[in-house]
Amino acid sequence: IHFVLLISRQGKVRLTKWYSPYSQKERAKVIRELSGLILTRGPKLCNFVEWRGLKVVYKRYASLYFCMCINQGDNELEVLEIIHHFVEILDRYFGSVCELDLIFNFHKAYYILDELLIAGELQESSKKTVARLIAAQDSLVEAAKEQASSISNMIAQAAK
Amino acid sequence: MALSGMRGLSVFISDVRNCPNKEQERLRVDKELGNIRTRFKNEKGLTPYEKKKYVWKMLYIYMLGYDVDFGHMEAVSLISAPKYPEKQVGYIVTSSLLNENHDFLRLAINTVRNDIIGRNETFQCLALTLVGNIGGREFAESLAPDVQKLLISSSCRPLVRKKAALCLLRLYRKNPDVVNVDGWSDRMAQLLDERDLGVLTSSMSLLVALVANNHDAYWSCLPKCVKALERLARNQDIPQEYTYYGIPSPWLQVKTMRALQYFPTIEDPNTRRSLFEVLQRILMGTDVVKNVNKNNASHAVLFEALALVMHLDAEKEIMSQCVALLGKFIAVREPNIRYLGLENMTRMLMVTDVQDIIKRHQAQIITSLKDPDISIRRRALDLLYGMCDVSNTKDIVEELLQYLSTADFAMREELSLKAAILAEKFAPDLSWYVDVILQLIDKAGDFVSDDIWFRVVQFVTNNEDLQPYAAVKAREYLDKPAIHETMVKVSAYILGEYSHLLARRPGCSPKEIFSIIHEKLPTVSTSTIPILLSTYAKILMHTQPSDPELQNQIWAIFRKYESCIDAEIQQRAVEYFALSSKGAALMDIMAEMPKFPERQSALIKKAEDTETDTAEQSALKLRAQQQTSNALVVTDQRPANGTPPVSELGLVKVPSMSNVDHSSADHGVTQANGTLTVVDPQPPEPSADLLGDLLGPLAIEGPPGSAVQSERNLVPGTEGVPNADDALAIAPVGEQTNTVQPIGNIAERFQALCLKDSGVLYEDPYIQIGIKADWRAHQGRLVLFLGNKNTSPLVSVQALILPPSHLKMELSLVPDTIPPRAQVQCPLEVINLRPSRDVGVLDFSYKFGTHVNVKLRLPAVLNKFLQPISVSAEEFFPQWRSISGPPLKLQEVVRGVRPMSVAEMANLFNSFRLIVCPGLDPNANNLVASTTFYSESTRAMLCLIRIETDPADRTQLRMTVASGEPTLTFELKEFIKEQLVSIPTVSRGPAPPLPQTQPTSAPAALSDPGAMLAGLLH
Repeated sequence: IHFVLLISRQGKVRLTKWYSPYSQKERAKVIRELSGLILTRGPKLCNFVEWRGLKVVYKRYASLYFCMCINQGDNELEVLEIIHHFVEILDRYFGSVCELDLIFNFHKAYYILDELLIAGELQESSKKTVARLIAAQDSLVEAAKEQASSISNMIAQAAK
Repeated sequence: MALSGMRGLSVFISDVRNCPNKEQERLRVDKELGNIRTRFKNEKGLTPYEKKKYVWKMLYIYMLGYDVDFGHMEAVSLISAPKYPEKQVGYIVTSSLLNENHDFLRLAINTVRNDIIGRNETFQCLALTLVGNIGGREFAESLAPDVQKLLISSSCRPLVRKKAALCLLRLYRKNPDVVNVDGWSDRMAQLLDERDLGVLTSSMSLLVALVANNHDAYWSCLPKCVKALERLARNQDIPQEYTYYGIPSPWLQVKTMRALQYFPTIEDPNTRRSLFEVLQRILMGTDVVKNVNKNNASHAVLFEALALVMHLDAEKEIMSQCVALLGKFIAVREPNIRYLGLENMTRMLMVTDVQDIIKRHQAQIITSLKDPDISIRRRALDLLYGMCDVSNTKDIVEELLQYLSTADFAMREELSLKAAILAEKFAPDLSWYVDVILQLIDKAGDFVSDDIWFRVVQFVTNNEDLQPYAAVKAREYLDKPAIHETMVKVSAYILGEYSHLLARRPGCSPKEIFSIIHEKLPTVSTSTIPILLSTYAKILMHTQPSDPELQNQIWAIFRKYESCIDAEIQQRAVEYFALSSKGAALMDIMAEMPKFPERQSALIKKAEDTETDTAEQSALKLRAQQQTSNALVVTDQRPANGTPPVSELGLVKVPSMSNVDHSSADHGVTQANGTLTVVDPQPPEPSADLLGDLLGPLAIEGPPGSAVQSERNLVPGTEGVPNADDALAIAPVGEQTNTVQPIGNIAERFQALCLKDSGVLYEDPYIQIGIKADWRAHQGRLVLFLGNKNTSPLVSVQALILPPSHLKMELSLVPDTIPPRAQVQCPLEVINLRPSRDVGVLDFSYKFGTHVNVKLRLPAVLNKFLQPISVSAEEFFPQWRSISGPPLKLQEVVRGVRPMSVAEMANLFNSFRLIVCPGLDPNANNLVASTTFYSESTRAMLCLIRIETDPADRTQLRMTVASGEPTLTFELKEFIKEQLVSIPTVSRGPAPPLPQTQPTSAPAALSDPGAMLAGLLH
């Protein structure tokens, strides 16, 4: 997978992840081109779009398009189900996910994607495992926060 | 749920969302960016939490499409934060903002490395993820060994190891030369035994990357892959959480089958059988179900299985099952499956034997050409293009033409190019071809490149029967109210040349023809006017007895353009006017165009070029390429047998286009313009060679030859300059003053033939010499295929063999003349008398206009007389010890070796039939090989080789060679050395300084003329 792109129906970018080296300019161009190509496609068409000698596998969930770009020879359906797998994990984490969740917690979406894909390859196909790892990360962050607040409390107390 | 928690971030996001328009949004974002910038500047007051928050804000702003370059540094610096929350943000934002080429990444390498080798598991994960996602060359250089250690470490938990596997995959894929994977085949085999399916999934991806690069080293993984696939396909021992809609990890199944496609074959019959059982099960056992995701997942597996079956060259029966399955798919309602059905059918075309079955689905495929989905239409077009042959061109091309009028803009160009190519390649008759192209121009003139109409003109000019027909058609199109400019060009050209053939038809008198063409003049651009002027001149010339009224009209036009600002138009006008006032002289100069020399269709060449450009490097494609290259000699035989299916199509070169890598056949020099192009340096003749003008960039006085000439100069080493590279190949021995340039690099062709037994030895615009060889012990039978590429005979053909003293070579009679487009086969018997590295030479000459003479090395080289033999340790060591030292056992330290890994070296050895015996030498840096050499004097003789490499310095090694014959030992040692040292063709001079161990027979070889010549050619 060369890159992952989440675009809203209005063409707003919700998440981008680039596994192949695209420069800043190219990234913007890719997003523009693909928005034009994908957002205009009707509902009953196939989930694949050929583009610049590559292929983009996309799927629409409510108002959000999930797109992944692959090589010509790669297995399209496999990638289509990676998308769905990702969506299911998001759904489980947020509890019936909607676009707003992904807007306000876009960083969480990045965490989850990183547990799912590395180097553009699937690293984990068990939803349970991904959920467990994300939960562990969250608790690490929480723990650090509590620690920090208890320290600042102590400092505050001492200052009194 | 621990969501966001960063109030500032949420507030900012809401603010941005509440902006009513882009303008407001920009203001809000700019304000925030200013804020972030100042906060970062006064870094001291920033708590880690705040820093983290601002970095997230930056990522959000970046996603909105704004530039946040100033903050890259801040993101990178968070990586070295001591606490997890900040570090995590640093890693994730860095890997989202930057790519592998950013300099800032360098700053982080040390921290990343410390995190990877440190004890903290969560830090390890973060670091591996970053490197896996954006790691570049420097990361590969400094981190690969650490990552490798983690992957195979038994103390690491699966969550770290699976990340390490993918991280390594990235580093290796990007920089295979930096990551050392020597000896990884065993490790990979072990990893494939992994129980944790997460780790196994990642390892399988890694394996795909490794085998894609070098499958030879990983044979031991093949049975393991089959086992893993069996386990998955039968759902044995798969934890519930690794099933996806009831299917055992479809992704792992796909990956495993992908890996298997990189092995050329599966030799072990048991493994092959079990694999086919599994594949059969997948192919037959996949049903269409209601649930979309389950359906997709099972079909992902199914399509991968299909690809694997195609790759493995399965029996015809299972292949036709596959085609039947695909036939079902292309008719279903689900668009994805329809798309994939078409796509895979196109891939299937590469497999022989199934074309006929695919043709049965032609009607359905044509329906898909009208599918509402452009992705599907594209696939259908590709498939139709691929499946087209002589039997169905008419149907397919007419279908494409019909579709052209309604096709969307995005596809028209491709569509018209493909239709033109098919029409040219497979036209059942020429008038049909002309019809198709004219229709094409009519319907999609904007997309018809000049190449296409040039081509029609070439055909019409070269085929007299076609000329009246083409003229009639051109005349008909002119009646249409609005025609495309390209149509004006082509019909004006054709009518200028051939309208006199129609003179008696209604509406075809010179006057009428002139006026209907002249009507178009105001509508055309400057590039077309010169063509019209030529047409007028020709009409004038053909009007006998002359018609003063017409003459005056035309002269008026010429005079009008005499002062035209466009130089080309002006010149033609002046010259045509002057010439046409000369009366009879006009007849000679304006005579009909001579036939065009044959050339490769620019179109087909273009199509090939684009094909190679976008070539998917899938295993399947690679294999297809290999197949065609092996088949070269065979396909070329076809025209020789006198069954050229399309040979009436003069200009079309049917056989093995792929092999003509140069738009060739420039008879230009000798034949092109005959007496017509008086190459007069002063006023360039209003060249009758009109098309030459149109074709070549060198416009005016350029006969086609001159364009070719300039092209030729690009070929290195032209004009007989003993250019370094080429001199090695085609030697300037004697007075070789060839004006004919070879196509392709002769030295490379020779090198390739040293490794394989069939292929092209030499090619130029007129002849192709192919070789097919069959080696049995010390004897060999070569067949030279001499193929005349022209429509006229090659004469004074001579082939002399200059054998070195150790080879007995007998060439059967070579005919003096090779008929047009024919191929003659000349067997050449070879007997190897004794070991030597000298090479025989073929001195070949023929006459085609000029006398052409080439001297070619024959690939009857030492390694052809080797037979692989693998010996066990029990056989090897006694033999090795029994040969004690020189002259039977020679040792040498070789320097200046082209650096390669031990695995690469083993590959090289195997390719020369020196079979590497793994495991005989306990040291992984060493390599032991064995082979049998055959010659009349030695009979079969075992040779043993040992190479000791120095991992610290790959440019040197110690080599020991042993055999039962001193000359053989010496020659074999030198032979191997030549292969190992940088460039194998480096000139080694006529008489290499031989060490004392030189066998007595060598001087004899030097006095031998053939051997000496071969030495010179080296």
